[in-house]
Amino acid sequence: MANKPFAITLKPGTSLNNLTGSWRTARPVYLDRLPPCNNACPAGEDIQGWLFHAESGDYEQAWRALVENNPLPAVMGRVCYHPCESACNRGQLDSSVGINSVERFLGDEAIRRGWKFAAAAAASGKKVLVVGAGPSGLSAAYHLARMGHKVEIQEAGPLAGGMMRFGIPKYRLPREVLDAEVQRILDLGVTLKLNCKVAHIEQSMQDGGFDAAFLAVGAHIGKRAMIPAGDAAHIVDAVSVLRSMEGEDKPMLGRKVVVYGGGNTAVDVARTVKRMGAEPIIVYRRTRDKAPAHDFEIEEALQEGVMIKWLSTIKQAGDSSITIEKMALDDKGFPQPTGEFETLEADSVVLALGQDVDLSLLDGLPGLEIKNGTVQVAPNMMTGHAGIFAGGDMVPSERTVTVAVGHGKKAARNIDAWLRGTAYQPAPKHELAEAGNLNTWYYSDADKTVRPMLDIIRRQTSFDEVQGGLDETTALFEARRCLSCGNCFECDNCYGVCPDNAVIKLGPGKRFEFKYDYCKGCGLCVAECPCGAIKMVPEDI
Amino acid sequence: MGFQTVKFYQTGTFTVGNRLLAPDERSVQAGEMRSNSISSGHRACQGCGEALGARYAIDAAMAESNGQLIAANATGCLEVFSTPYPESSWQVPWIHSLFGNAPAVATGIAAALKVKGKHDVRVVAQGGDGGTTDIGFGCLSGMFERNDDVLYICYDNEAYMNTGVQRSSATPPAARTATTMPVGNEPGNVFGQGKNLPEIAMAHGIPYVATATVADLRDLEYKVRKAMKIRGARYIQIFVPCPLGWGTASDATILMARLAKETGTFPVFEAEYGEVTGVLKIRNKLPVEEYLKPQKRFAHLFGKHAHPEMIARLQAIADRNIRKYGLLQDQES
Ligand SMILES: Cc1cc2nc3c(=O)[nH]c(=O)nc-3n(C[C@H](O)[C@H](O)[C@H](O)COP(=O)(O)OP(=O)(O)OC[C@H]3O[C@@H](n4cnc5c(N)ncnc54)[C@H](O)[C@@H]3O)c2cc1C
Ligand SMILES: Cc1ncc(C[n+]2csc(CCOP(=O)(O)OP(=O)(O)O)c2C)c(N)n1
Ligand code: SF4
Ligand code: SF4
Ligand code: SF4
Ligand SMILES: [Mg+2]
Repeated sequence: MANKPFAITLKPGTSLNNLTGSWRTARPVYLDRLPPCNNACPAGEDIQGWLFHAESGDYEQAWRALVENNPLPAVMGRVCYHPCESACNRGQLDSSVGINSVERFLGDEAIRRGWKFAAAAAASGKKVLVVGAGPSGLSAAYHLARMGHKVEIQEAGPLAGGMMRFGIPKYRLPREVLDAEVQRILDLGVTLKLNCKVAHIEQSMQDGGFDAAFLAVGAHIGKRAMIPAGDAAHIVDAVSVLRSMEGEDKPMLGRKVVVYGGGNTAVDVARTVKRMGAEPIIVYRRTRDKAPAHDFEIEEALQEGVMIKWLSTIKQAGDSSITIEKMALDDKGFPQPTGEFETLEADSVVLALGQDVDLSLLDGLPGLEIKNGTVQVAPNMMTGHAGIFAGGDMVPSERTVTVAVGHGKKAARNIDAWLRGTAYQPAPKHELAEAGNLNTWYYSDADKTVRPMLDIIRRQTSFDEVQGGLDETTALFEARRCLSCGNCFECDNCYGVCPDNAVIKLGPGKRFEFKYDYCKGCGLCVAECPCGAIKMVPEDI
Repeated sequence: MGFQTVKFYQTGTFTVGNRLLAPDERSVQAGEMRSNSISSGHRACQGCGEALGARYAIDAAMAESNGQLIAANATGCLEVFSTPYPESSWQVPWIHSLFGNAPAVATGIAAALKVKGKHDVRVVAQGGDGGTTDIGFGCLSGMFERNDDVLYICYDNEAYMNTGVQRSSATPPAARTATTMPVGNEPGNVFGQGKNLPEIAMAHGIPYVATATVADLRDLEYKVRKAMKIRGARYIQIFVPCPLGWGTASDATILMARLAKETGTFPVFEAEYGEVTGVLKIRNKLPVEEYLKPQKRFAHLFGKHAHPEMIARLQAIADRNIRKYGLLQDQES
């Protein structure tokens, strides 16, 4: 009796006999749409998915969901250029969710708490050779190992990390962070052979009895420019300078250092030599908005006192000075010489004009296609030579750590399928969750959390990390700014707003179901779902 | 004053539930065990605001009274769509008598319960705006005057919907109804007539008067629960858009209520013993056009033979509400 309403003895509610579902001309259906952040992530992270766990403060679950796709969150949270944030729907409300800062928080938390990857799947009995321990090779090794394959990485250098160690400076990526995330991958049972340069890929595969190989040797040969130079002119390339920063012998560049180029590498070299006490000046032939370096990097370099000469090319290099020529942009935006010259003091010139791939390990390999100095791969990441896959900077694509990691994952999935004699079938992509699918009324107003920056003096004199991380409360706040685009976050709106009680709540984590016997198809649930996780589909009548 | 909003937490208290809030901070409607006072199979139109508002309100009253509730219902859509003989959707003891006497019926029930010593059993009476502001007005005023222990809930859809959209004294100026056609120099319902029943109720000095909308569930539940904690005559008017009578899309019901509040057209407030004690602030103030334009009942204000001067008068009414109740964030109420 206790729960029965007053004076009720018989079961009331005979209106349940009236199946109003027959009125409907369109039915609501639940769906998962593809959040734009996920769509933009080159590593294919399920960002909305891991933020969902972070929102409830379950950071370990969030981290585990994240590393399903990317084993390097602490690195990512520092060096990724976060195209996800540029795509984030919240950007149209106030400012994008600080995805990258939450990612870093999770990565750091995992290191601090010693979280390990779940154990690998049962051994497949197959052996895969990975050439190069950069982000692409490490990512492939991680995924292959988790799929149960025996993985050996052969790395030419003395330490793992590739450009994450020998390119990206410490003040952006502390080496302890990199070491911790590399070690966690090795702990899966991946073998890493250092100082082991692969000279001939087929030979190395034969010697080790490998069933397949993934090549990720990066692009390390600094491009040269035709600069008339005196004998005494000191010209070096940026990658070598950055690489030598990791060794015992620091580069000798003098006081006035000219960096030639407008990409991220140029900015990193300039900021590095600034920290070594020199006076760097970047010379670039086009304008700031045309420079390939990201604007925030240029801004940070300027803050630290790096000088930049825009619209300038080096005409000639001498032993203590260089001559530059002023340029002007033509109608098409290309720089054209003006015949106006200027002399700059320069003890050395660092060329940061991009890198080429060293393809010598592929010499004589049949089936291979090389175009513009990069190895062509099929959509499954396999080169023209069966069983040999490639990714990262050595294949045609954008050159970033995140793209490299994405290639590693994709290659691993395809290698796994290839080893099993099948083809990898990616799940079909969901339709995009666009801003127009959302009902943003329901979200609280909340501005983005800004990450702390190191004070300027220390930025000019030390290699301490420039950008700080979020703490637990700010990370939680930031995670909760996510709109959960296209994916139900259990707000109960559909369950609440249905005038016909035609939504069943299945309980925490289980989402909802429609009672189509009664749903009249009014569409209120669709209109009031904040995140666009329901759509109306016409009935066949 | 007012209901306790939870700041941030992704959606805070804007949504019906929110998995990030503790269960006791969620709404009644979010609960799997809500009483669903009007069950499925009722014959309300697609997207009916009244069906929704009634479930919101009666479920909240049921939660507050531990299921010890009797409802008296005036004639009107709510009665007709829920209880066509021999069916009923009601999951509460429910009585219907006439169009104009729901407050008197409820008064009688309350008196009987008092005589029988059943103090835990509570009484609500409910009806449409026509039943409340027009034909039932005398009974209601008496119920207020005697301070009978009844919560009266008016579902305000701004016309006699059940009989085919005739004007009531809650129909807004300029609105087209079957009896206020869009003809002449001042098409639609006249300006300067009609009754503001929440203010009339306040003038009776009863313990509690409030307005609410189906777009602000947390506020609505807070008010019903608060009213149920009080003894004596209480009045809540709930703004319930009607897709049929207003000529709005069936999926726009909640949006219309939200716009009515955000433009200041429908002030959302509460009052105790005749004094306003709290208002629900406008979040992003909007011009009345935003509210009027999607409704066919105001279509004659726009288009080829537009009536900007009438829109301006409706805007003036909204502005007056905003001023009078202090509806903007930084205004004192
Ligand atoms: C200065 C600089 C800063 C950068 N900053 C960023 C940044 O902030 N964010 C970002 O996303 N990207 C950045 N990048 C780009 C990014 O570092 C690269 O795109 C990415 O590291 C490419 O990964 P990869 O695995 O393909 O190659 P790499 O990282 O280059 O790794 C290749 C590895 O293969 C090894 N190897 C080469 N040949 C052989 C061989 N024959 N046998 C065995 N091993 C071999 C190399 O020693 C190396 O360890 C930066 C690049 C530079 C140069
Ligand atoms: C005495 C009497 N007069 C007229 C009617 C016809 N009638 C039934 S419902 C209704 C209109 C109800 O309007 P309202 O109270 O606003 O409720 P709504 O249907 O709009 O929810 C009318 C006029 C009646 N039932 N009894
Ligand atoms: S709001 Fe969340 S789900 Fe939507 S794009 Fe931004 S991070 Fe992704
Ligand atoms: S709100 Fe209810 S009746 Fe309307 S479409 Fe959704 S489930 Fe169906
Ligand atoms: S309305 Fe809320 S509970 Fe319903 S599907 Fe959308 S996010 Fe999920
Ligand atoms: Mg009415």
